[in-house]
Amino acid sequence: MSQKPETHRKRGRRSPVAIVLLVGIGLITTGAAYAMATTATASAEVDLMSPQVIDEGQKLFAANCATCHGQQAQGTDNGPSLIGVGAAAVDFQVGTGRMPMQGNGPQAPAKPVQFTDEQVKALAAYVASLGPGPSIPSQSDLTGGDAANGGELFRINCAMCHNVAGAGGALTEGKYAPELKNTSAVHAYEAMLIGPQNMPVFNDLNLTPSEKKDIVAYLEYLKENPSPGGLELGSLGPVSEGLFIWIIGLGAIIGLTIWITAKSN
Amino acid sequence: MTVTATPPSSGVTGKISNYLDERTSISGAVKEFGRKIFPDHWSFLLGEVALYSFVIILLSGSFLTFFFQASMASVQYDGSYVPLKGVEMSVAMSSTLDISFDLRGGLLLRQIHHWAALLFISAIGLHMLRVFFTGAFRKPRELNWSIGFVLFVLAMAEGFTGYSLPDDLLSGNGLRIIDGMIVGLPVVGTWISFLLFGGEFPGSDIIGRLYTLHILLLPLVVLAFIVLHLMFVIIHKHTQYPGPGRTEQNVVGYPVLPVYAAKAGGFFFLVFGVVVLIAATVTINPIWAYGPYDPSPVSAGTQPDWYIGFADGALRLMPPHLETYWFGYTWSWNIIIPVLLLLVFLAVVFAYPFFEAWVTGDKREHHVLDRPRNAPVRTAIGAAGVTFYAVLWAGAASDIIATHFKVTMEGVINTLQIMLILGPIFAFMIAKRVCLALQKKDREIVLHGFETGRIVRLPGGEFTEVHQQLDDYDRWQLVSFNDNAPIMVRPNARGKITGATRRRAAWSRFFFEDRIAPVTQTEYKQELEHSHH
Repeated sequence: MSQKPETHRKRGRRSPVAIVLLVGIGLITTGAAYAMATTATASAEVDLMSPQVIDEGQKLFAANCATCHGQQAQGTDNGPSLIGVGAAAVDFQVGTGRMPMQGNGPQAPAKPVQFTDEQVKALAAYVASLGPGPSIPSQSDLTGGDAANGGELFRINCAMCHNVAGAGGALTEGKYAPELKNTSAVHAYEAMLIGPQNMPVFNDLNLTPSEKKDIVAYLEYLKENPSPGGLELGSLGPVSEGLFIWIIGLGAIIGLTIWITAKSN
Repeated sequence: MTVTATPPSSGVTGKISNYLDERTSISGAVKEFGRKIFPDHWSFLLGEVALYSFVIILLSGSFLTFFFQASMASVQYDGSYVPLKGVEMSVAMSSTLDISFDLRGGLLLRQIHHWAALLFISAIGLHMLRVFFTGAFRKPRELNWSIGFVLFVLAMAEGFTGYSLPDDLLSGNGLRIIDGMIVGLPVVGTWISFLLFGGEFPGSDIIGRLYTLHILLLPLVVLAFIVLHLMFVIIHKHTQYPGPGRTEQNVVGYPVLPVYAAKAGGFFFLVFGVVVLIAATVTINPIWAYGPYDPSPVSAGTQPDWYIGFADGALRLMPPHLETYWFGYTWSWNIIIPVLLLLVFLAVVFAYPFFEAWVTGDKREHHVLDRPRNAPVRTAIGAAGVTFYAVLWAGAASDIIATHFKVTMEGVINTLQIMLILGPIFAFMIAKRVCLALQKKDREIVLHGFETGRIVRLPGGEFTEVHQQLDDYDRWQLVSFNDNAPIMVRPNARGKITGATRRRAAWSRFFFEDRIAPVTQTEYKQELEHSHH
């Protein structure tokens, strides 16, 4: 009886439902704003043909790349010529942080990207203007592939270096094939086009554009779907499984044996 | 006699027991077995862990056989794992995928089976190490060591045959390596390979054959050897660690009924629980990521399960290009040498108890274990063996070590090659020195007591730390061990010194030349008197 007004009052803005709703609205708006912001940056359409962009790219190149690749990108003793490598090569090497290179080594490792997306595109535009080469794949090159066929192609063409689960692998003399779990679709596609570092080129006769699309689809599937079996242990197969059973598995069991044979006080 | 007849048991339990006993005379066995005493120590449970893992493997494996089809017939996969849809594969692979994705609880059971298998063999390994380092293999238990060794090898065979069954890319590559090793044997290799695979590798027979081995022949033999192993444990009685009141004639511990039956029963469920917990949370052998076997692709980072790792490592550490062409055959020394190395290593493990018995000439029964420090050379040999095995083991993971520690693969391989030879030698020397030092420390503690941390200033101004003598129980643990002296070379009945005697004496010197004798009663008394002055 006396509770009636109380329940009535609860229906106001102080009701728990209102809190849930408010939090929900807040999450959705922030999420949407974030999603819009990220899609905005991802699809930052930079016109690679525009003279201003090429011009900006040239300035960036002179300041950051010319030491090794030469003022006209003609190459020096310390770095190869970039004439004709195409926009895809720059987008891959600079867009994954491999370039500018920090030091000489068997291979330039991926590291935090040094430039904004616009700057990367400007550099790509400049290098592309020097001579014809592979261009940055468009969104339509990357989506809608057949993951099953991609898996087959991956096992045949990529697994011997990158490991069948994309966990990466060792090559000779300190070189290595990196793991692919953190590689974006566009960078994976570009890598096949240009054959960066120690990787061979997979040209369009070797793997057709639609086959490349399938491989990208397979890699995206692996990224989006965590292992149905639980923790992946780095997808390293029997080595990490063996270490796990010896250290965690047998460790836990030994703990239990000590516990059940301990003398009760 | 005037013994009053025991009244017929009342109650349901009593009646049932009576019914059974009158028909089976089982009470004798229960009485005998129920009163068996087992000593309590955590390291005595490692063999039990292996046994329980085997039970888990049997249970989960039986479930898997209901759904697995060991056929290499080709089929288009049409299950629910998208990235393999429409891909051609063997029925074995497809049925394993169905177990994983389309059978309720199938993936969990598969993972339980595989994790339990890894635990089974690692528990066996640790159990063997415990038996080795405590000298539990000495008379009368040499034969049981042999049986246990056979079980270890059988377990590896069980593991490998099971690992190959899904016919996925990883295990297919493993089989290819085995095939390569077989083909690498001169003269007979190719024929053995044809026999095993029913023609050219991979053929269409091998999965079916491995299946028969994996679920019928090997489990039967394993089971038979386990029964034999446990029968010997009951016949010999369990060993015990040295301690006051523990002699070669008794066993100090708890009876099977009710204490050990309860503890061991509970422990089974604990082990089962740990395995299920791991299987429910951690992926093992994700064949869906590996894809179906096809002889052309070979993945980077292809490794066998851990227990075959030492064999893979031996192959990887072997320097390349060692081949000769003799009598119309290619002799691939880069295969033959690693295979021989593995066989010799296993033979040494098998034969060690008999060898040590020959060296010491010890014909006594030993039921009280050695503390590892009190057998320095044995412990050092064990350390060398562990190092040797560990280097081979690391060899199997050389590429993963290279990528994860950012070093070159050649560097890893070359380091391990050197370690394979020098590592065991260093391990031997270090372990022996550590044992001798620990023995010296024990002697010191027995003679002078332990440091109390109490500093006293004497009237003359001198500071000393007060030492306190151990109590009798603790002291007994430090002085009650066998002192083995090197055997003297003596002529036999015909007055001759045979080569065997010399060799034995040389080995005996190797074992017992450097030794720390246990503190004797006289020494101890003298020291006490001395310290009272």
